[in-house]
Parts: sequence; C-alpha cells; structure tokens
Amino acid sequence: MASTAAQAHDGHAYPTGWRRWVLSTNHKDIGTLYLLFALGGGIIGGFLSILMRIELQEPGLQIFANGQAYNVVVTGHGLVMVFFVVMPALIGGFGNWFVPIMIGAPDMAFPRMNNISFWLTVSGFCLLLVSLFVEGAPGTPGFGGGWTVYPPLSVTGHPGPALDFGILALHLAGASSILGAINFITTILNMRAPGMTLHKMPLFAWGVLVTAFLLLLSLPVLAGAITMLLTDRNFGTTFFDPSGGGDPVLYQHLFWFFGHPEVYIMILPAFGAISHIISTFSRKPIFGYLGMAYAMVAIGVVGFIVWAHHMYTVGLSLDTQRYFVFATMVIAVPTGIKIFSWIATMWGGSIRFTAPMVWAIGFVFLFTVGGVTGVVLANAGIDRELHNTYYVVAHFHYVLSLGAVFGIFASWYYWFPKMTGYVCPDWIGKLHFWLAFIGANILFFPMHFLGLAGMPRHYVDYPNAFAGWQYVASIGSYIFAFSLVVFFYGVFVAFARKERAADNPWGEGATTLEWTLSSPPPFHQFETLPRITGSSH
Amino acid sequence: MAEAHAKHHDYHLVNPSPWPFIGSFSAFIMAVGAVMWMKNLAVGGLHAGPFVFGAGLIGVLYTMLAWWTDVIHEANTGDHTRVVQLHHRYGMMMFIASEVMFFVAWFWAYFDASLFPHEAIQYARAQFTGGVWPPKGIETFDPWHLPLFNTLILLTSGTTVTWAHHAMIHGDRSGVKQALWLTVALGLLFSVVQAIEYSHAHFGFSGNIYGATFFMATGFHGFHVIIGTIFLAVCLYRMYIGHFTPTQHLGFEFAAWYWHFVDVVWLFLFAAIYVWGAGPSH
Repeated sequence: MASTAAQAHDGHAYPTGWRRWVLSTNHKDIGTLYLLFALGGGIIGGFLSILMRIELQEPGLQIFANGQAYNVVVTGHGLVMVFFVVMPALIGGFGNWFVPIMIGAPDMAFPRMNNISFWLTVSGFCLLLVSLFVEGAPGTPGFGGGWTVYPPLSVTGHPGPALDFGILALHLAGASSILGAINFITTILNMRAPGMTLHKMPLFAWGVLVTAFLLLLSLPVLAGAITMLLTDRNFGTTFFDPSGGGDPVLYQHLFWFFGHPEVYIMILPAFGAISHIISTFSRKPIFGYLGMAYAMVAIGVVGFIVWAHHMYTVGLSLDTQRYFVFATMVIAVPTGIKIFSWIATMWGGSIRFTAPMVWAIGFVFLFTVGGVTGVVLANAGIDRELHNTYYVVAHFHYVLSLGAVFGIFASWYYWFPKMTGYVCPDWIGKLHFWLAFIGANILFFPMHFLGLAGMPRHYVDYPNAFAGWQYVASIGSYIFAFSLVVFFYGVFVAFARKERAADNPWGEGATTLEWTLSSPPPFHQFETLPRITGSSH
Repeated sequence: MAEAHAKHHDYHLVNPSPWPFIGSFSAFIMAVGAVMWMKNLAVGGLHAGPFVFGAGLIGVLYTMLAWWTDVIHEANTGDHTRVVQLHHRYGMMMFIASEVMFFVAWFWAYFDASLFPHEAIQYARAQFTGGVWPPKGIETFDPWHLPLFNTLILLTSGTTVTWAHHAMIHGDRSGVKQALWLTVALGLLFSVVQAIEYSHAHFGFSGNIYGATFFMATGFHGFHVIIGTIFLAVCLYRMYIGHFTPTQHLGFEFAAWYWHFVDVVWLFLFAAIYVWGAGPSH
C-alpha cells in the first residue's frame, strides 16, 4: 500500500522549529496545534466551571462579589467550551488529523487555508479573553448575559466594550470555521482514494462532512445576527428594539437557527469516532453502516428546522409550537438508529474493554440519558415549566460535557498511539474514565432534581432548599477535575516512558487507513495513493 | 524506494506560508482597533482606535495581496492540476453559498418586520410602525426611478461579463478587455448611483427599523458590489499582464460567478425591499 517512510517530496527539506508550527501547511501538524489549543482552552473553561461550583457549593456568596461577576464566568465558560474547546478538538484536531488519512488523501484540499482556520481561532480566543477583563456592565468587567447573548441585556445592559470584543471574537471564530468547513467538504468530496466511494467512506469522515455543511450554512446567519447586535449597540439601529420597530425575538430566531445546528456540529464528529471505536473493540464491522451514515445526514438536515424549541416561552403561536415539538421529536428517530446500531455492533462481538472502548461505551450511555431528557424538553408544555432551569443545564451537559467531551477523550485514547507513536498505559485511561464517569454523573445528575424542583439557572445564590444537591454537584465537579490530573499523568507517562506504539495497536478490528501507516505517520502520507478494494469501511 | 521521493498524485501540497499567521494577527489588531474606535477608548490619553484599526486593515489587505500573488504564482508554475482546479471551484461555490446564508440573515430581519408590523403581542412595534409597512412616516424610494435604473445597470453588467467569458474561451483577448472595461465601468456606475440614492434618503440608519433593514441589506450588497468590481478590475489588470488562457482562467471565472451572485441578490433586494416594500405612495 502506501509508502510509510518519512521522506521529502520535490527535494524540499521539511520546515523545523517554530516555522514548522507557525507557517504550517501540514494537516497533521495543524491538527496537533488544534488539539493543544483545545487543551489550553479546556483548562481555562474548566477552571471557570470550578469557580462556579465553588460558588454554588453553599447558599450565599462564597467567592464572587455579586451575581454579575458570577454570570460573567458562566458566559465565559459556555463560549470557551463551545467555540474554543469542543469544536477545535473534534473538528480542527481529530478532523484534521484523520479525515485526510481515512479517505486516503495526502493532505487537505487547501493546506494553507487550513492554517488560517487555526490562527483565526487563536485570534478569536484572545479577543474573548480580553472581553473578560474590560468593562461590560457599568463598573464591572466582562459580559454576563449567557453564551446566547440575547438582547436587550446585550444591547442596553452592557454598554462597555466587553461584549464588542466578544462579538468580534465570534466573528473571527466563525470565519475560521466557515473556511474549515469549505476545506473539509472539498477534501471529502474530491480527495477520496481511488475506489473509496462515499458509501465506503469511514463514518468519522461522514460525521465531519455533515458537520462541515452545518457550519457552512448556519454560521453566516449567526454572523448576521451578531453584526446587527453590534450596530444596535454602537450605531443606534433598532433591529432588536421594539421602540424603533425592531424585535428582540428576531435575534433569538437568528441565533438559534445557528445555535441548534451548532449542537449537532459539536456531537456529529464524536458520533463518527465512537462508531470506529466500538467497531474496533467489538471486532465487528459497524452494524448498519449506511443507516449510520444517513442517520447523521438526517440529523443534520432536520437540525436546521427545529430551532424554535429553544424559544417556547417567547410567545410563539400555538401552531408554531406544535410544529417545533413534532419536528424536534423526529430527531429522536435517527439518533435512536445510531444508539441501537452501536449496541447491535457490540452484540455478539468479541469485546475488549480497553480505555477508548470504555470511554465510548460511557459516551453511548450518557448521550442516551441526555437524549432522553431532550425528548422531554421537546414538549412545549413541559418546557414551559422547565425552561431555563437546572433541568436544561443537566440535559445539555449530558449531551455535551458527557457526550462530546467523552467523545473527545475516547478519540484521544483511540488515536493517541497513532498521533504520538507512544503508548499511554491502558489503566491510566481507564482510571481517568471511571473518575470522570463517576464525577460527571455526581455533578450533573442532581441538576435534574434541582430543575424539576424549580431552580433557575444563571443565579449566584439560591434558597436553602436547593443546598443539598448543589453541594453534591460541587463534589462531583471536584472528582471530575481530579480525573483530568490522571489524564495529564497519562500523557506525561507516555512521553516519559517513550514506549513505542505498534502501527496498529488495536488488532484486526481496526480497519481504517490510519492503521496501515506508521505510528506516528510520515510527514506526508500516501505519496502513492492507496487503492480501496472490497467492501470494508 | 528512490521513487518514494516524488509524489504520485495530482494534489497540491502547499509550501509553508507566513500569510495565515500574519493575516490572523492583523485581523486581531483590526478587531481591537474597531472596538477602540467604536467605544472611543483612549490608551495613554490617545484615541488610537482609527489608527489601530487602520494598521490591522493594512495587514489584512497586504495578506490578501501577498497570498493571492502566491496562488497566481503557483498556478503559473503548474501546481494547479485539473483536480486542484476542481478543488478551487468547490471552494468558491461554497464561499458563495455561505455568503447567501449571510444575506438570509438580512432578509430574515427585513421580513420579520415587514410581514408582521401589526402583531397584537408586539404592541411596542405596532405603535412604532402604525401597524403598516413601510412604517408610518417613512418616505420610501420610488422603485421605478433610480432603483430600476440600477437594476438595468446590473443586469447589463451581467451580460457584459458573460461576453468577456465567451471572448476568453475563444481566445479573443481584446474582446475580454473591452467587455471587462465595460463591466467594471457599469459596476462603478451602480455604486455611484447607489451613493446618490442614499444621499436622498428621507430616513436614517438609526432609530427606525425601516432604515436599519434597508441600509443593512442594501449596504451589505453595495459592499459586495465594490468587492466584485475590484475582483473584476484585478482580472482586467491580469489580462493586460498576459495572465489567463482560454482553458485556464479560474480567477476570472470566480469573479464572474461572484458578479452573478451579487446580481441575483440585487434582484431579490429590488423585488422585496424596493418594489414590494415601497408602500402605497408608489
């Protein structure tokens, strides 16, 4: 098959030192940059969440001076985790690393544009960090209106420059993602190796393909919405101000037209990776491959027409609410196809419970919990009761913190030997998993109870009645945080021991092209394109 | 394995480049300058916003110039195989698709206000608009005056750019130049007429939803016309320095696609905002 020797093409020497990274046009190096960036973002975003949990551990004020400061941290946590951790890790990191390899391509279609996608993310992140420290609401730093940035609070409530920095941070991150989406779609549609039809393409590439279309079509709408926010704030327009004929609900429509596809953007690449992991360690091809691929397509398509289920309480007509209830519940069908196909893949397989596999099984379990509460929340009548309560917080953390983030760690342990060429001891990955699994469930499961009991989110203080479960949740967050120490220990051990990983450490269940290359792969793989025969995917 | 040194595929593995980093850094500076400018922030007593913004803008523009110069150089040295050209076509198509979605946001804002000026639940808006569109007290443009003239200008420029395309394919370089000169001139004329129209507006950008949606949608479109005009002018310049062949002229083709896209957006703006939204006085 492919040459596995790291050799220069065209007689060029490979760039070394800072040039290799800053000027990079290599998909694997850019993927590594993205992963390191997401790691840094994760530490910052995780630190912000620990601040929240310390504060909420007991009623009354602990470490924050007031609710505004607390809400600034809530907002920062949300924006950092969505735009600068999950997306860079799954799409920028693993997507960059493995989409070209899995489809048998030497690199991305636009290697130089790939690099500006990365550096624009960094620029956006810097702007967001600036925003935390400059004035937002009069006399206090940062923007405290939540990651959704709803007007009128985002227009009249925060006259300082903090939110303007935040808006431009999202503009840059959005531009970065649109360029990345163009790159992925072009790569996947045009650079598959000879013989690899779309219906033989690995599911991770399918996941990233659908994700890229969602990014391409939803992010410009967000850009339009926050541009109008910017002119409402700075140039006196009244897009979202009823006193000038505008409409604050318009902002919510535009935001969630982006925001709902965005949640699938964060989870679809994880869906793809989990399929490979479960298939590999069950030593069986994935159950219902085509159904799995088109379930992701269906989730992507339907994801564009359900946005107003985030807006049941804004005064939509009953007919509108009915439509969005039914459309939203339809999403449970393709999602169910995925869950059941993962289970069917494991069924009768010869399962090995390696670190990536236990993470993947944890993903399936926790994502299902989050999905089920999602069906509950899809009902407009029930949502009227639960809107903006901790039940919603529990729901989206089960699909994101325990779904997408578990997907990231599953992918990390699965591809770590391939990316670094070193072995991370399996027990460390498993210890990390059990601590994270226990910690995250203790952290987020009680939030269901808090929400059902009526506790609203975005509050720094609460009545004593909620104190018990809030305390439990905080303990869970510390366990989860400690699991990250184990994670870093695993990375340290791998790099300190330098135990070489085999080209295919996972055995015959691992059938995708990355396992045919050396660990780590050569600087440019597939200088002779692989030919795909047979039906394996 | 001596042959392993050479690549056996038609893809383009681009050399390392400083422009992504420089461009991103410049964009950061530009954003900081924009906020300083809008908020009139002072650093050390100096209101440096416009200068910081300007410095960032220069960096971004220089990045564009240098980056695309590299692309043209790579095209001329044979890196753009047929499959790489196909990649570029996909890329440009998807860029235009994302631009379409950008305009969806402006049209959404426009129709949110113009279709529902009189909802009982939105009493503050109904009070402002008087329950009608265009809102009470707003004097709109006569669509059959300058807007119609501009529609004809853009449609004509669509035909001249197609003329240039056919001349290009047939190797008629002087025909390309003639047609492109005409297209650029029509593009400039459109912008001038739009500026004249704006100067006669009886409503402002701020304080009312009509002006906000009108100027945001048409202004964003006008900005795209200017970009498209520059794009075509660059192609015209490249004709004079001997670029483009009858079989390979992606830069020109993309300028033409972009121009048609701008043209189609205008037709929607003209129909929805100028004609349908003109109100009973016209």
